[in-house]
Amino acid sequence: MKPTETDSTAVDWRGDSASSPDVTRRERLKETYEARVRTPALVAWADWRTRFGLLIIGGYVLMALVAVLGLWREPSTSQAPRLLGPFTDMSYPLGTTQSGVDLMALVIHSTPTILILITAGAVWATLIAVIIGTVAGYKGGSVDRGLMSFSDLVMAIPGLPLVIILAVTLNPENPVVLGVIINISYWAGLGRSLRSQVLTIRENNYVEASRTMGISTPRIILKDIIPNLMPYITVNFVFAARYVMFASVGLYFLGVLPYSTQNWGVTLNFAYSNGALFSWQAAHWLLAPMIAIMGLSLGLILLGQGLDRVFNPRVRTRMAGESKSTVADDDDDTVTEVF
Amino acid sequence: MVNYYVRRTARVFVTIFLVASLTFGLVRLLPGGPFTLLRAQLLRQGVPADEVDARIANLQNIRPDEPLWMQYIDYMTALVQGNLGESISLGEPVVSVLARAAPWTVFVVLVSTILVFVVGIFLGSLQAYWEGGRFDQLVTGVSISMMSLPFYVVAVLLLYVFAYQFGWLPTAGTISNSVDRSLSVPFVVSALKHSILPIVSYTLGAAGGQALAMRGNSIQVLGNDYVQVARLRGLSDGRIATRYVARNAILPLYTGFLLLLGFRLGGTVILEQIFSYTGLGYYMITALNANDYPLMMGTFLVITVALVIGVYVADLTYSRIDPRISAGESDEAY
Repeated sequence: MKPTETDSTAVDWRGDSASSPDVTRRERLKETYEARVRTPALVAWADWRTRFGLLIIGGYVLMALVAVLGLWREPSTSQAPRLLGPFTDMSYPLGTTQSGVDLMALVIHSTPTILILITAGAVWATLIAVIIGTVAGYKGGSVDRGLMSFSDLVMAIPGLPLVIILAVTLNPENPVVLGVIINISYWAGLGRSLRSQVLTIRENNYVEASRTMGISTPRIILKDIIPNLMPYITVNFVFAARYVMFASVGLYFLGVLPYSTQNWGVTLNFAYSNGALFSWQAAHWLLAPMIAIMGLSLGLILLGQGLDRVFNPRVRTRMAGESKSTVADDDDDTVTEVF
Repeated sequence: MVNYYVRRTARVFVTIFLVASLTFGLVRLLPGGPFTLLRAQLLRQGVPADEVDARIANLQNIRPDEPLWMQYIDYMTALVQGNLGESISLGEPVVSVLARAAPWTVFVVLVSTILVFVVGIFLGSLQAYWEGGRFDQLVTGVSISMMSLPFYVVAVLLLYVFAYQFGWLPTAGTISNSVDRSLSVPFVVSALKHSILPIVSYTLGAAGGQALAMRGNSIQVLGNDYVQVARLRGLSDGRIATRYVARNAILPLYTGFLLLLGFRLGGTVILEQIFSYTGLGYYMITALNANDYPLMMGTFLVITVALVIGVYVADLTYSRIDPRISAGESDEAY
C-alpha cells in the first residue's frame, strides 16, 4: 500500500516527539494514552458488538461485586418456600429450588468464582501459546520443530477427558488452579496459528534490522513481533475465556469437579438429577443457570467479534478521523469456534 | 528428506506410544496410588494378602512389588497385545466394554461433525453471496446466539421438550430394550431415533460457528483479483462459486477440523452422560464415579487413539487438496 500524506505526517510527528528533549514526561504519557487507550477505546465503543459485549460482562462483574460485598443473601437450604415460581414473590425474583434455595442467590454467588476461573484459564492459555508460538516461529529450525512436535502431541490428547483425569488426580478447589487445569492443553492450537503468523512477520525489514543490530531474541520478540500479534491474541483471549466457561460449567454439571459452594453448573446438575425435567413447575430451576451461562458467553462472543474489528487498521484510521477514504464495512470475522 | 506419508504415519505410532506412557504415569499419580482403596477393601473382607496382590495385578497388568521400569514394560506389552486390564465395576475385560461402546461414539461424532461442516459451509456461502442482506443478518444473529449456548444446555433443553414433555423421542439409551441387537430394520430405526437428539444438540452450536467462519472466508476470497478475472473471462457463476470461491474458502476450515475433532471427541463425555448414551464418554464417567481406574484409563486411551486416527486421515486428505503441505517448509533458522 502506498503511504498517504496523512500517514507520513503522523509518523514524523511521532518520531519528533519521541526524540525531542523538550517533551515532558507528562506529554509523552498523554500521547501514549491517546494512541494506545483512547483511540482504540473509541473505535471499540463505536461497534455495537463490543458495546453490548462489554455491557454484559460489566453486568456480570457488578453481580460478582454484589456477591463479594454481601449485598444479596447467601444461598442456603430452606431459606424460602420450596419450588417457588419465578416472579411470583419479589423477594425471590428467580424463584426457588426444590430444597428452598433462592435461585437468584445461587446465580449471584457463583459469579465471582466463575469470573476468576475463566480469567485464570484464559491468561494461562494465551500466555503459553504466545511464548511457544513466537519462539517457535521466530527461531525456526530445530527449536521450531521441537516445540511444534510437542504441541502436536498435546493436540492429540482430547481435552475434556484429560481435564477430568487431572481433576480427579489433583482434586483442585482453588479456582485459579482449576482454570489452569481446564485450559491445560488449549494453548496448543492457538500456539500453532500464532507461529504461522510469526513466520510472515519475521521477514519484515525492521525485524531484520533489529537482528543485525544484535538485539537479543527476547527483546525482538517482545518489541517487534508481539505488538503485531496483539489483535489476534486479544480476540483469542476472549475465546479461550469462553471455552473455560463452557468446559468448567459442563464438568460441574457432570459432577466431576470438586466444589465447595454451588455454582451454575452444580445448580444445573441438581435440577437435572432431581427431576426438573419432568414437570413445567420446575422449569425455572433449569432455566436460571442456563440463562446465566448463555448471557456471559454471549457477552464474550460479542466482545471477541467486536474487538476483532477494533484492530482492523482500516476501520481504525477512519474512526480516528485521519482518513475519510476508507470503507467502513469490511467484515473479516475470524471465528475460531471450538466447542 | 523422508517421504511425507512415512513421517506422518510414524508420528501416529509415536503419539499413541507417548499417550500410553502418559496413562501409565497418571495411573501412578491417582490419589493414594491406583488400587489402595480396593486393596484395603479386599483385605478387610478377609481375603489373604497374596491373593489380593494377584487380583490387583490381574486388574491393571501391574505388579506393585516390581521395579518401576519392569511395571512399565509389562504394562506396555499388555497394551500392545490389546489387553487393557479388567474393569472393576463391571467385572469384564475393559476391551470388550469399549468394543461395545466405541461404535456409538464414533457414529454420533462422525455424523454430527459432517453435519456441522455441511450446514456451516452451505449457510456461510449463502450468507457471503447475499452479504449484508436480510438472510445474512438473520443467520448471523441466529449463529451468534447458538454459539453462546453450550451444547449441553441445548441437549438438556431438547431432552426436556422433545423427550420428556412431548414424548416424541426416547429419553435415554442407544436402542430400545425390546429390539434385538442385530442388523435389522427395527434396530436401525431405533438406533436412529435414539441418536437424533444427541446429534442435533451436538451440531447446532458448532454449525453456527462454522457458518460465520465460512462467511468471513468467502467474503475475503470474493474480493480477490482472480475472482474478478474469472468473471471477466465469462465463466459461469456456478463454476466460479464452486471452483474458485468455495474451494479456497473451505481450506482454512479444513485446518480447523483437526482441533474441532479433538474438542468434539472429548465433549462426548458430557453429551453421552445427558442422554445416557452408552458410548465411550459415558463409560468414562461411570468408571470415574465407581473408582474403576482400569476402565477409565482404557477409555481415555481409546478416545485418544480415535482422535489420532481421525486427525491422521484428515491430514492425509488435506495434503491431497493443498500441495503446499507435503512439500514441507524450508525456513532459515535464527
